[in-house]
Amino acid sequence: MIFDIAPAAPEIFVLGMACVVLIVEAYHNEPSHALVYWLAQVTLLGAAVLTLYFGPEQTVLAFNDIFVSDPMSALLKVAVCVVTFVVFLYSRTYLREHDLLKGEYFVLGLFAVLGMMVLISAHNLLTIYLGLELLSLSLYAMVALHRDSESASEAAMKYFVLSALASGMLLYGISILYGVTGNLDLARVSLIITEQTEPNTLLIFGLVFVIVGVAFKLGAVPFHMWIPDVYQGAPTSVTLFISTAPKLAAFAMAIRLLVDGLGGLIGSWQDMLIILSFLSMAAGNIIAIAQSNIKRMLAYSTIAHVGFLLLGILSGTLAGYSSAMFYVIVYALMTTAAFGMVILLSRSGFESDRLDDFKGLAQQSQWFAFVMLIVMFSLAGVPPFVGFWGKWFVLKEVIDAGIVWLAAFAVIFTVIGAFYYLRIVKLMYFDKADTDRSITSSHEMRFVISVNGLAILALGLAPGLLMSLCVAALSA
Amino acid sequence: MTDQIIFYALALLLIFAGSMVITVRNPVHAALFLVLAFFTSAAIWLLLEAEFLAIALVLVYVGAVMVLFLFVMMMLDINLAPLREGFARYLPVGGLVALLMMFAMGLVVGPRYFGSERFPVPARHAADYSNTKELGSVLYTDYVYPFEIAAAILLVAIVAAIALTLRRRPHIKAQKPQLQVAVRREDRIRLVKMTSEKKGSP
Repeated sequence: MIFDIAPAAPEIFVLGMACVVLIVEAYHNEPSHALVYWLAQVTLLGAAVLTLYFGPEQTVLAFNDIFVSDPMSALLKVAVCVVTFVVFLYSRTYLREHDLLKGEYFVLGLFAVLGMMVLISAHNLLTIYLGLELLSLSLYAMVALHRDSESASEAAMKYFVLSALASGMLLYGISILYGVTGNLDLARVSLIITEQTEPNTLLIFGLVFVIVGVAFKLGAVPFHMWIPDVYQGAPTSVTLFISTAPKLAAFAMAIRLLVDGLGGLIGSWQDMLIILSFLSMAAGNIIAIAQSNIKRMLAYSTIAHVGFLLLGILSGTLAGYSSAMFYVIVYALMTTAAFGMVILLSRSGFESDRLDDFKGLAQQSQWFAFVMLIVMFSLAGVPPFVGFWGKWFVLKEVIDAGIVWLAAFAVIFTVIGAFYYLRIVKLMYFDKADTDRSITSSHEMRFVISVNGLAILALGLAPGLLMSLCVAALSA
Repeated sequence: MTDQIIFYALALLLIFAGSMVITVRNPVHAALFLVLAFFTSAAIWLLLEAEFLAIALVLVYVGAVMVLFLFVMMMLDINLAPLREGFARYLPVGGLVALLMMFAMGLVVGPRYFGSERFPVPARHAADYSNTKELGSVLYTDYVYPFEIAAAILLVAIVAAIALTLRRRPHIKAQKPQLQVAVRREDRIRLVKMTSEKKGSP
C-alpha cells in the first residue's frame, strides 16, 4: 500500500490539533486562554500516547520511504512531547505574570513540536530541510512575540538572519550531496557512499556544509554566536522552549544526517566534530564564568553541553550514539528545571534573571533552594545526579574510541565549568538576600518543578533505566 | 554548443544581477535587479526542460511577490543610507573572506569533479513530453508528506505575520462600514410629536 499513514499518526494528530487550537484561539477569545492552553497540553499528551501506541519494534518506512519510524524516533518524540508539556506549564505562569499571554504562543509551540517530530522521523534530505524550517520559523516568531520589548525584537532579528544563513549553508550542502549521489533518500545516499572505492572530495565538500548547518542548530562553537543573545533577549518562557526540546530534534537531525546518511564518511566528520566539540567545551565553560545574567550563563552552559553531546556522536559507535542520546535527554530535563527556577522566582514586573537575584534563596525557601541545588549539581556533573552519568557514559565511549586526549580535556573543562554552577549554590546558601522576595507562582508550577528536580535525582540514582531505553532505541 | 553559449550568457547575467541587488543604492533599483535575476534563473530552468518551474517562478515571484515588495517599498519610503553605512568599512574583511571561500570552492566545484565528461548530458525528451504532467503525477503521491509539511510552513508564516503585526486598539475611532450599511431609518430618525406653538408669541 502506498499510503500507509499509520506510522505518522502522531504527526497527523499534532497538525490537526494545531489547526483546531488555532481556530479555537481565534473565536474563543478569553483573556486567560485556559481552553487553548489545555487543548495544547492534551495534544502533546495525545501525541506521546499515539507515539507509544504506534511505536514500532523495528524500522518502518512510510510515505514512499520519506518517513521513518523506529525506536529512536519513538523515544525522542515522547521526550519532545513530555518536555514541551512541562515547558508549556512553566511558560503559562510566566506569560500570565508578565502580561504576555497570547494564544499564538501555544499554537506556534505546537507547530514547532510538529517540526521537531518531522525532523526526528526524517528519512529524506527534503524532509530534514522542511522539518527544520517548520521548527525554526515557529521559533523566530515565538522570540519576536513580545513586540514591545526591544531586546526580544533584536534577538529575533539576529536569530532569523543567522539561522537563515545556516539554512542556506545546509541547503547548499544538500544540493551538492544530491548532485553527487543523485538521490535524496538517506538510505540510498548512504548506499552510494559506501559503494564508492576512492574518496570523493565533492562528498566531503557537501559534508562540510551539512556539518555547518547541524552545528549551527545545535549551537556548537564557532557557530554559537546567536545563542547568548537569543537566550538573553527572548522572554524567559521562549528561552526555556528553545533551549530544551529543539536540542532533542537537532540531535536526531545530526544522527539522521551523519550516521544514517553519511555514515560512510565517518572518517571525515569525526575530525570536524572533534574540533567543534573541543572548541564548544572550551568556549562554553570559560566564557560562562564571566556572565552575571543567569540566562546568558545558561546559554554558555548550553554550548558547553553541546560539546559533550558531540563527544558521544563523534565516537562513531552505536554505544556512543546511545550515550549521546542519553545525554541530550538528560540535558533537556536539567535545562527545563534550570529555566523553570528562573521563571519560578520571577514575578510581574521583575525578571529575576541576574545571578544576584538568587542571593539568599535558602533563607526564604529551603525547598526551592534545594531543587536549584540539585539542578546546578547535576549540570556541573556531580554524582549521584543524572548529569554525572551523562558525562560518564559519553566519556567512556570517547575513551573506548581511542581519543583519550579529548576526554582528558573534557574533564578539565568540566572542572572549570563547575565553578559557575557552584557559584549559584554559594549565592543561594551563604549570601544574604538583597531584596525581600516571595514566590508567587501557582501550585501546579511548584509541584511540577519539584517533580522535575526530583526526577534528576531519581534518574541519577537509577541511570540504567533510561540508558537501557537509549541503547534499545539505537540498536534496533 | 549553442546551449552552452546561452547558458554562460544567462549565468553571467544572473551573477551580474545578483551582485547589483546588494550594491545599488536605490532600493527600487535593487528590487528591479532582483526581478532580472528571477527572469534569468527562469531561463536557465527552461534550458533544463523544467518549463513548469520556470513559468511558476516568473508568475509567482516576479508577478506577485516582487510587485508586492515594490509596492511596500514605495509606500514605506525606507531610507537605506544608514543601513549601508558599514558597507565600505566591512568590505575589505568580507571581501577577503569571500575571495578565499570562492577560491576554495573553485578547487572543488570545478570541471575536475563536475565536468561534463563526469556527468553525461541527459537524453532529450520527446516533443510531447510534459514536465508539468510529470510533476503533477508525483506531487500528491510520492511527495504528499513533504507537500503537506510545506503547507504547514506557510500556515505558520501566516500565523506569525498576523501575530506580530495585528494590534487591537479598542479605543481608536474608526468607521465601521458594516454598521453604517446596516443602519435603518428608525435608528437615526426620531419623529417627535409636538404641540404647535402659538403664532406671534415671543
